[in-house]
Amino acid sequence: MLENFLVKIQWQQTVDFYKVFFEKQFYLVVFNGMLWTLGLTAIALVIGMMIGILVAVVQMSQFPSKFKWLEKILKWITKTYIDIIRGTPAVVQIVFMWSVIFAGSNLPRIVVGGIAFGVNSGAYMAELIRAGIQGIDKGQMEAGRSLGFKYMETMRYIIMPQAFKQMLPAFVSEFIILIKETAIISFIGGLDLMKASSIMVSRTMNATQPLLIVAACYLLLTGVFTKVMRRVEKKINISS
Amino acid sequence: MIKINDLYKNFGNLEVLKGITDYVNKGEVVVIIGPSGSGKSTYLRCVNLMEMPTKGQIFVDDMDITNPKVDINQIRQKVGMVFQHFNLFPHMTVLENITLAPIKIKKLSKEEAEKIAYGLLDKVGLREKANEYPSRLSGGQKQRIAIARSLAMNPEVMLFDEPTSALDPEMVKEVLEVIKDLAREGMTMMIVTHEMGFAKEVGTRLLFMDEGKIIEEGDPKEIFDNPKEERMKMFLSKVL
Repeated sequence: MLENFLVKIQWQQTVDFYKVFFEKQFYLVVFNGMLWTLGLTAIALVIGMMIGILVAVVQMSQFPSKFKWLEKILKWITKTYIDIIRGTPAVVQIVFMWSVIFAGSNLPRIVVGGIAFGVNSGAYMAELIRAGIQGIDKGQMEAGRSLGFKYMETMRYIIMPQAFKQMLPAFVSEFIILIKETAIISFIGGLDLMKASSIMVSRTMNATQPLLIVAACYLLLTGVFTKVMRRVEKKINISS
Repeated sequence: MIKINDLYKNFGNLEVLKGITDYVNKGEVVVIIGPSGSGKSTYLRCVNLMEMPTKGQIFVDDMDITNPKVDINQIRQKVGMVFQHFNLFPHMTVLENITLAPIKIKKLSKEEAEKIAYGLLDKVGLREKANEYPSRLSGGQKQRIAIARSLAMNPEVMLFDEPTSALDPEMVKEVLEVIKDLAREGMTMMIVTHEMGFAKEVGTRLLFMDEGKIIEEGDPKEIFDNPKEERMKMFLSKVL
């Protein structure tokens, strides 16, 4: 196997590939794939965040006794949602979204994909957010309330800033997982990085170089993000 | 100033308070002692509705705060609370801890709030710590800051829930000194404590609680020297 690999990356073949790569402007394909992947991740992240916050709030809510029935229904819905998302493969969810739920709609693939990944990510984010908030000592809420802050004010000024700090590392890894997971968007014909590699493979009959290029691109995206977030974490940590 | 009328509190099937009727006059320092599980902390926490009473009324300035129509957040601005575990906000400096509520709730300007805060820091002897984060303070310092934070809202009554129980012995005194100063200035206070010497010295009235009821009350010096109730005698023989 190792021999095979070495033969494939041998000099002549590599030179041939990069000739075609620049002649046919494959770098544009890669660049567009990268933009696609980033766009998809961004849409998914925003949707996932909104769903995550909403679901976490519902799960932690305590309705007045008159509306306990509503609380029960909402909690059942959110719990079922989390169970379904976590219990089924993302590929199935994405294809289902494209071929069943949004079948016949005119929405572009990137939007449907973004929604699908957002719905997927939301379930995980909800759990992250809930764990982050519930991880804050309950004395903090009491201290805030005893000063005269309302529940939501205490959340905003006292609980959330601390919870956010605790959630940050988990968010970073969720985001990295999301970037990488979007590679399965080609199942519904997305034009992402992964698709760029298969375009190059089919045009050059060389699988090694395109896959290495795409892998490097993913690594670049996640690497830059990780670096930036480490710096952010450090900055936040100074203040305590 | 505060009137408590036949107060009951259950936690599930557990009856913690079994009919407390009491009052606190302006300028009084009521110290509450008793064995653990006697309900003294719960009683205190009902006075600013950190715990919702199961039955009975609590009047603050002749307003029944157990009435659902009363804005409890406004009442809590008049009733400060200091906790056993300080509950300082770890993501804020000492100064921010103290000024948060005056700025956000009372809508004071930053300058006004800081002026008040520095005054209070002088009072608790910690002006030089204004820009430190709570994690850099000792337990005694944290509790003094917590007292300052509570005082910043200019409350009419202060509630102390075992303010020295989480402290190392050598730090108890510095906190008790601050509370004594407040007593001298005529602050109305309710203090749950295990510091018998302090209770005797500072208290204008003493409550001994056991099993959810007030068993004995009166002048601290008299009670300590000459307890009438059998349970009070038992308790004192164990703690003194």
